[in-house]
Amino acid sequence: MSALSISNAVKRYGLTEVVRSVSFKIDPGERIALLGHNGAGKTTLIKMILGLTPLSAGSIDVLGHSPGSTGARRSIGFLPESVAFQGTLSGREQLHHFARLKSVSAGQADELLERVGLAEAADRKIRTYSKGMRQRIGLAQAILGKPELVLLDEPTSGLDPVSRHEFYDIVRDLASAGSAVLLSSHALTELETRTDRIAILSKGKLVANDDLTALRKAAAMPIVLRVTTTPDGVEQVAGALSAKRINGQVVELTCLQDEKITTLGRVTSLGDLVRDVEVAPASLEELYRHFSSPDREAL
Amino acid sequence: MGIVAIAQLELVVARRNMWVATSVLMMALFSFVLTLAGGATAGALGVDPLTVAATSITTLSVYLVPLIALLLSFDAIAGEVERGTLALNLAYPLSRGEILLGKFLAHFVVLGFALAAGLALSAMLVIWQHGLADLSFAPLLLLYATALPLGATFLGIGYAVSALMRQPGAAAGVVVIVWLVLVVLYDLGLLGALIADNGGYFTTSIFPHLLLANPADAFRLLNMPEVSVAALASGLNALGPQTDKAGLLISLLGWPVLALFLAWIAFRRVEP
Repeated sequence: MSALSISNAVKRYGLTEVVRSVSFKIDPGERIALLGHNGAGKTTLIKMILGLTPLSAGSIDVLGHSPGSTGARRSIGFLPESVAFQGTLSGREQLHHFARLKSVSAGQADELLERVGLAEAADRKIRTYSKGMRQRIGLAQAILGKPELVLLDEPTSGLDPVSRHEFYDIVRDLASAGSAVLLSSHALTELETRTDRIAILSKGKLVANDDLTALRKAAAMPIVLRVTTTPDGVEQVAGALSAKRINGQVVELTCLQDEKITTLGRVTSLGDLVRDVEVAPASLEELYRHFSSPDREAL
Repeated sequence: MGIVAIAQLELVVARRNMWVATSVLMMALFSFVLTLAGGATAGALGVDPLTVAATSITTLSVYLVPLIALLLSFDAIAGEVERGTLALNLAYPLSRGEILLGKFLAHFVVLGFALAAGLALSAMLVIWQHGLADLSFAPLLLLYATALPLGATFLGIGYAVSALMRQPGAAAGVVVIVWLVLVVLYDLGLLGALIADNGGYFTTSIFPHLLLANPADAFRLLNMPEVSVAALASGLNALGPQTDKAGLLISLLGWPVLALFLAWIAFRRVEP
């Protein structure tokens, strides 16, 4: 059984359709990134999964339960986009409270504090925490009691690179233990290697739902080659490769995925004129822009 | 289980945020001053000093108890909406009713504690001044027992406002207006109408019900019927029989239930 199954979910506010017939599934152990610009309907979709706002049409199934039912809530862990815990409580007090609500032992909550790296700060007031530490408390409560479905709304905003790394390690462990993870993010690049599948929402519509390689293929986005030349050779290189000059010693050219090797061959055949070459496949940002561009909308 | 967990957390938060200290201090300070002031006249009039103290504190409590209750409650839902913790709480296996009752329980305990502290201080002062002999504790106990539902009513009203406003700033503004209208202007309005009516239909048929309908007035009338009636409707002795105890009790005990119910209805409509 899927951990989460959404079929033709629609959310209307008045006449505006915020979520337009979205369907996808998440299986246990899968990590899915939900991408979309502000107002694309990510948070609304998450609220619908949580049962915080009713569906206008379609259906959502959380491990055999309807959204918002006690059964569904028992199996979900959730980290909201922005949450401010009571500053006057200590991290431990706050997490113990959540543990009580989930009928999880205080001992497990303490273990989690250690897991998210808050063991030392656990007895300090949350008021004194940095943004990253607060986010860790949020993550800790979301994975309390090993929920079967974990929803993380913008979980890494405000985290430094090291914390992000640790964060995705935790998500990986969670998924390998069998939890399904849905996380939404703006920080696109970091998702590339950290998720199994990427779903892109644009204006409430699901415009892509696949792994990164397949998305690249489908988008047929050009690969960018940036060639650094000797200062004197820049004209010659630009001419030979019919590339665009970027500055006094850098030229740029693009090619498709299947032309990559031949193009690289042409670059290396220029010998000493070339000092360095940088190959950049279509980044998630570009893919994302490709899939959510307005002209695709018409297709 | 959920209710208890919420109540426990709210109690800790109320203590840390100094809400408990503020409430106790307010009640204690006013009780102290009024008891001392009342003590001076009690001897001369030959009235039971504790009754005098209770009467003074009743007058004060009509204003202070609703105020403390509204201060404790205005942030309860709007604050959670703003901090984003409401969405989180509702993702847990917790019903809105449980969240509301949990908060109510905690705030009610804070209120009860502050009231008890104030009244205990008064009692101790009176005992210290007059000794234990011939003191009647009944008025003080009645005051405590009736102030609790009065406070509970305004806690409920505070939650309802908090749920309707969804922003702590707006909720704070509205509870001040609510307090002013229900506690201060309501009586002034009635008084004005009485004077204008000059003993007519309004005075005999409508006024007693309006007086009964306001929990603050019901509280006042239960604790000091003679004084209130005399003060509010000077010379209008038509009021005595109509403001029966049963009606007052129903008003005072019915209001907390109604207010909490309204708060729950308003809370159910809040989409975090």
